[in-house]
Amino acid sequence: MPALPLDDAGPYVAAAYLVFLGLILVYVAIMATKLGRIEREITDITELVERRDRERAGVPEEERV
Amino acid sequence: MRDTVAALIRKDLQLERRSFESVPAMLMFSVTAFVLFHFGLDRGSLEGDLASGVLWVTLLLAAVLGMNRLFVSEREQGGFDGFLMAPVDRTALFVAKAAVLFGFLVAVELVAVPAFVILLLEPGLGQALPELLAVLVLADAGIAIVGTLIGALGVQTRARDLIIPLMALPLLVPVVIAAAEATAPLLAAAGAEPFPVRWLGVLALYDAVFGLLAYAVFDFLLEE
Amino acid sequence: MAFGRGLRALSIASFVLITGAFALVFFWAPNDADQGFVQKIFYVHVPLGIVALCGFVTGGIFGIKHLRSGDRADDLRSYVAIHISLILAVGVLVTGSIWARAAWGQWWVWDEPALVSFLIVFLLYCCYQPLRFSIEDPERQARYASVFAIVAGAFTPLNFIAVRMAESLVHPRVLSTTGGSMPGEMRLTFLVSIAGMACLFVTLWKYELASKSASIQLRSLKRRLAGDDGLAPLQRSAAPQNL
Repeated sequence: MPALPLDDAGPYVAAAYLVFLGLILVYVAIMATKLGRIEREITDITELVERRDRERAGVPEEERV
Repeated sequence: MRDTVAALIRKDLQLERRSFESVPAMLMFSVTAFVLFHFGLDRGSLEGDLASGVLWVTLLLAAVLGMNRLFVSEREQGGFDGFLMAPVDRTALFVAKAAVLFGFLVAVELVAVPAFVILLLEPGLGQALPELLAVLVLADAGIAIVGTLIGALGVQTRARDLIIPLMALPLLVPVVIAAAEATAPLLAAAGAEPFPVRWLGVLALYDAVFGLLAYAVFDFLLEE
Repeated sequence: MAFGRGLRALSIASFVLITGAFALVFFWAPNDADQGFVQKIFYVHVPLGIVALCGFVTGGIFGIKHLRSGDRADDLRSYVAIHISLILAVGVLVTGSIWARAAWGQWWVWDEPALVSFLIVFLLYCCYQPLRFSIEDPERQARYASVFAIVAGAFTPLNFIAVRMAESLVHPRVLSTTGGSMPGEMRLTFLVSIAGMACLFVTLWKYELASKSASIQLRSLKRRLAGDDGLAPLQRSAAPQNL
């Protein structure tokens, strides 16, 4: 196997390392979307808890902001 | 345990004899595949590792047809539930089904291998027959074990005819490697070359490992 | 179920090890005598491969634990391990192909037994998620997935042995570097790289476990507050949705 000179070899090595980096970044992106969804769920749940607290305290529904 | 296995085998063989589904289909497929290979490769005769490869790939794909159908009657006619209610060792079902699949493969090979020799093989088999039988038996055992396990795994799913081959074929690659490498010198044109016994060892190891694994794990597929 | 414990320490360790490894690769490790600069791909391709294979086997081990204990958390661990290993496996195949192209001029070579075995294992594990997805009952899905994980995990080393036997008869082994004997600097760089990849795997694994566990717990919390009608119905999924 003749060794490729640096000019030719460079792009290949760079491509391989970029594939690795790309995989990680794709993963981060997917996890970021999931985190966004989790945050939305938490907002929903917080609202449900607040609604329940108000109902327990006997506040009528119309005064809800 | 032995009686259960015998009873289950008898039931499946009777079913096969009455309906003639699996074995004739596997056989027809094999012979048709040989014809396809003739046209696809544009060769009138094969020898050596090419012949070996064609033979084993064909047998493997024919086995997949058998695997797909192996548990279908249990699934569709409530055989699983009936079996689970009986006070028997559940692994008996695995042993019985694997024996049935092995039997189907042997039955198919009894006709398909001579057909292969007649249609495609250039040199005759000659004295290589006992070694060929050894390879066939060990490889069939491996295919039967893995095929039964994957057949049971796949039969409960929706797209079972698709997912069973997709799971079984990669698992059976070592069998193809070992069987093809072992058979190639037997089918060589310039008379049989020395037989590489190490591949029989590989097949035996494969059968032992997957046999034990399937035995340990099969129960979990039948629960509830 | 605190899956995310130790996540910060792990991520820092991964960062340090991987950055350190890459620095060693490009600033310290000597060039290979035969392949020259191209050989540097080895430091990302092989550690990825080793970690992916270990990940697959780990999936099998958690499959065994799940079948013995019935604890769905073990099924979740198995699922995530296999899931991440599959993603890494894509990386292994792509970097392997790039390396083959740079070193030998072809995008794929059959006489590299490790790469070929990897392809077979990859094809097998591609069936894992479709298998899970096609079984609706969650308990049965988990059970069957564990069986598959165990069989596939046992298959992986066997497959490597078989393929290596098949190839070594015709072609001499060309993997690794200067014919098997690595000079000390290369070996150290290689080990650091493996350690970094392994740390990265565990980090991603725990990360995903924590995320999934959070979603599951949120869903059950929502059901307690809003009742079953307040919830959108669970869609069919390959991933475990209950713990």
